[in-house]
Amino acid sequence: MKCGVISFPGSLDDADTVYALSQVLGIEAIPLWHKDRDLHGVDSIVLPGGFSYGDYLRSGALARFAPVMDSVVEFAAKGGPVMGLCNGFQILCEAGLLPGALVRNQDLLYVCDEVRLRVERVDTPFTNACAKGDVLRLPIKHGEGCYVADEATLARLENDGQVMVRYVDESGEVTAAANPNGSLHNIAGIINAAGNVFGMMPHAEHACEGLSGTRDGSLIFRSIERWLERGGRT
Amino acid sequence: MQAKVYVTPKAGVLDPAGKATERGLHALGFEEVHDVRLGRYITMEVDGDTADVAARLDDMCRQLLANGVIEDYRFEIGESGVE
Repeated sequence: MKCGVISFPGSLDDADTVYALSQVLGIEAIPLWHKDRDLHGVDSIVLPGGFSYGDYLRSGALARFAPVMDSVVEFAAKGGPVMGLCNGFQILCEAGLLPGALVRNQDLLYVCDEVRLRVERVDTPFTNACAKGDVLRLPIKHGEGCYVADEATLARLENDGQVMVRYVDESGEVTAAANPNGSLHNIAGIINAAGNVFGMMPHAEHACEGLSGTRDGSLIFRSIERWLERGGRT
Repeated sequence: MQAKVYVTPKAGVLDPAGKATERGLHALGFEEVHDVRLGRYITMEVDGDTADVAARLDDMCRQLLANGVIEDYRFEIGESGVE
C-alpha cells in the first residue's frame, strides 16, 4: 500500500496522518502537495482534516480548485480508494464526489470529544476489517460536522446502504444524545454509489497509536491495505 | 456593473446561528422577532452589460458562491457607483 496524503494550505492533520501510517502502522505514506498534479503512483488517497484555505466561503469550498483535486477526481473515477476525514469529508462533498453537505454544529459549539460509531457496511475498501455492527471509538474535533442532505438524497443513501458509520451510544443504539452535532439520521460518514469514495467526520488518524485512548482508527487503514492486497476486493 | 449577491440558508435547512441570534434579540427585549436567518452578502464589480452579467452571476452562484444543497441565492445588478 502506498497511501497519498494531501496537504492543502491550512490542512492540520496531514502530518499526523503520515505519522500514523508510516510510524505506527508501517504503511508507506506519500505526502502530496495541493499544487502537484502528479500523484506519484499512490494506490490510495487520504484528504486530511484541518481548515483548508482558511475555511473561507464554506468549509472545503475552495480546496476543490487545487490542481491536485483534478488528479484526485480522475483517480476516483478509475475506482481508486479515496478517503476524506473531517475537512477532507467537507472537501469531498463540496467537490461533488459525495452527496450532501456539512454545516455548523446544531448547538454552535466546536466539539472536541470521543464518539462511538456503529459500522453499517463492511463490504467496502474502508471497513472490511470490521464486523457489521461493530462499535468503534474515535475522536472528533469540528465546528461544522452536521451532515445534511435533501430528503430524496437521504432516502437514496439509506436505501442503497451508503451510510457507512453512525453516531451511537454505548450499546450501539442511535440516539439523539449520542449525536454530537445534529447530523441527520446520526450520519457520521458516507460512501459514494460506486463504493470507492468515503468521507467521515471522526479522525481515524488520531486513533492508531493509542495516545488518544483508542486504536480503532487503525481498522480503517488496515481495511484499505487488505482491500488493495486482495486486488480491490473485500 | 456592481453586483450584490445574497446567499441564505434554504428553507428547511437548520440555521443554528440564526436561531442563536434570534434568542439574543429576544433576550434584549425584541420579542416581536422570529425566523431569523443568517446568510452572506457579497459585492463585486463585473464587466459587461446587464444581461450578460446576470447570466454569469447565476453561473457563479451555482458553481461557487452558494452551495445548492443548503443555500439559496439572489442577486441585484446596478451601475457602479450608484446606490
